[in-house]
This record gives sequence, structure tokens and C-alpha cells, in this order.
Amino acid sequence: MTEIIEFWNAFRPALGSALLLAGAVLAVIGTVGVLRFPDFYTRLHAASVTDTAAATLAIVGMAFLAPSLAIVVKLAVVWLFLFLTGPTSSHALANAAHTAGLQPMIGRLGEDDGGRE
Amino acid sequence: MFETGATGRVGYFLGLITVLVALWLGLSWDYSFKPVIASLGAVSIVLSAVLAFRFDILDREGSPYARLFQLMAYWVWLMVEIFKANWVVIKACLRSTLDINPALVKVKTGCESDLARTVFANSITLTPGTVSVEVEGNKILVHALYEEEAGPGAFDEMDRRAREASDGRGKS
Repeated sequence: MTEIIEFWNAFRPALGSALLLAGAVLAVIGTVGVLRFPDFYTRLHAASVTDTAAATLAIVGMAFLAPSLAIVVKLAVVWLFLFLTGPTSSHALANAAHTAGLQPMIGRLGEDDGGRE
Repeated sequence: MFETGATGRVGYFLGLITVLVALWLGLSWDYSFKPVIASLGAVSIVLSAVLAFRFDILDREGSPYARLFQLMAYWVWLMVEIFKANWVVIKACLRSTLDINPALVKVKTGCESDLARTVFANSITLTPGTVSVEVEGNKILVHALYEEEAGPGAFDEMDRRAREASDGRGKS
């Protein structure tokens, strides 16, 4: 039993760091999408990768690195609030753009259709 | 169908108190129960619950904890969907030539209550690649990154699960 715990304690930082790194990479990917996509609505989709997957991976990674269970509970609460408020703010942005009359680009889009060259 | 009488409100009140106590214990992580700290916690919890009661927000939306297990089961299913959808959007972000097919579609929902509609619309927004733009009655305007991801029937399962999780399997 103690061997399992020792192994776990040695393995934990590596796993946590790997998850944090994966989260950071996903955040960068989301940012690349925000810069590449042509209009407001499509950019919102790219940003939601950062909102969901990147945030989840980063928080799980931090939970593996946390020194005590108290921190893990706080991280879980942070994660829950992120997942409740994230879509609300995205919807508020999209709804405001729609109400203001911003027309989305529709149909298949290639590199020439206003994308960044 | 929904509890609105005095017993229902007592249930919502007790549910809110339970969750606030759990939140306070989880965040303070203080199990020594020193009189000063514990009494401050108790006062803040009671004050929040009484304020919620006075603001008249103690209903099935303000305190949806009776359906906690159904909502958590839905949450687990939703997480899998979110990660599947993430993969599609990540590929779209990284493709060397931009190749997307955005569309604006109207999705009809069978969700009757405000809670179920909120859960459904929030789930659509939370899933990368689709954003709910406007909710009008039982129709939700959805902007999708790929038209084929939002075709007819694409949201049927999410609609059904959101409805069952927040309103139960009954007709509603």
C-alpha cells in the first residue's frame, strides 16, 4: 500500500504538469482560431475551445499539483462557476451582436473569404 | 406538476441551506469549529438564505437541488459531447487552409420550463462549434461553425436529455 502511495506521489507532479501543458497548448490553439476565423460569430466558436477544454485541462492539472484536498475543492468550485458563467457571457455577446444587426457570414468559406492571409 | 405550496418552499429553503453549508465547509475547510469563525459562517449562511427568500428567488430555478443527481448525470454526458466537439473545432483552427461552413439554424426545442430551456441553450453554447444566439419561445437561433454539425435532428438527443434532467421523464 505504501508503495502505491509513494508511486502516486512521485507520478503526480509529472501528470499535473503534462495536463497543464496540454491546457496551455489548447489555449494557444483557440487563440490561433480567433485570429484566423473571418467574422465575429466564428471567432466566438474558437474562443469556446479556450473556455471549455483548455480551462478543464488546466484546472485538472492544478488539482493534481495541489498540496491538499482543500485546494482541490476550491478548484472544483472555480471549474463549476467557469462552466456556468462562460456560456452565459458567450450568449450575451452573440445576442448583442445579433440584436445590433451584425450579419454572420454564411456558407462554405475558404482562405480568400476575408480570412487573414 | 411543480411544487409551489408551502411544503415545496420549505424544501427549496432546506436545499439551499444544505448547499450553502457544504460550500462554506468546502471553501473554509475549517473543522475545528472555533466559536467565532463557525458563528460567522452560520450567520452568513442564514442571512443568504433569508435574503433569497425575501427576494422571492427560492423556486425551482433558484434552488434546483432536488434534481441534483439527474443534472449531474446530464453533466457527465455533456462533458463527453464537449470534448468530442472540441476536437472538431481544434481541427478547424489548425487546418492549413481555412475550411469552414458557418450557418444560422433555428432549433425547435421540446423544453417547456425556463430551467430546461436555460440548460439546453447553455449546453448548445458550451459545446464548441455551436452558439445559441437568440431564444424565442420554443425556438432557439443557433450559429454553427459547420452546417453539417447542426443539421436537422443534431440537437434532438441533447434536447431530450436536458428536458429529462431538469423536468423529469414526465410529459412536461
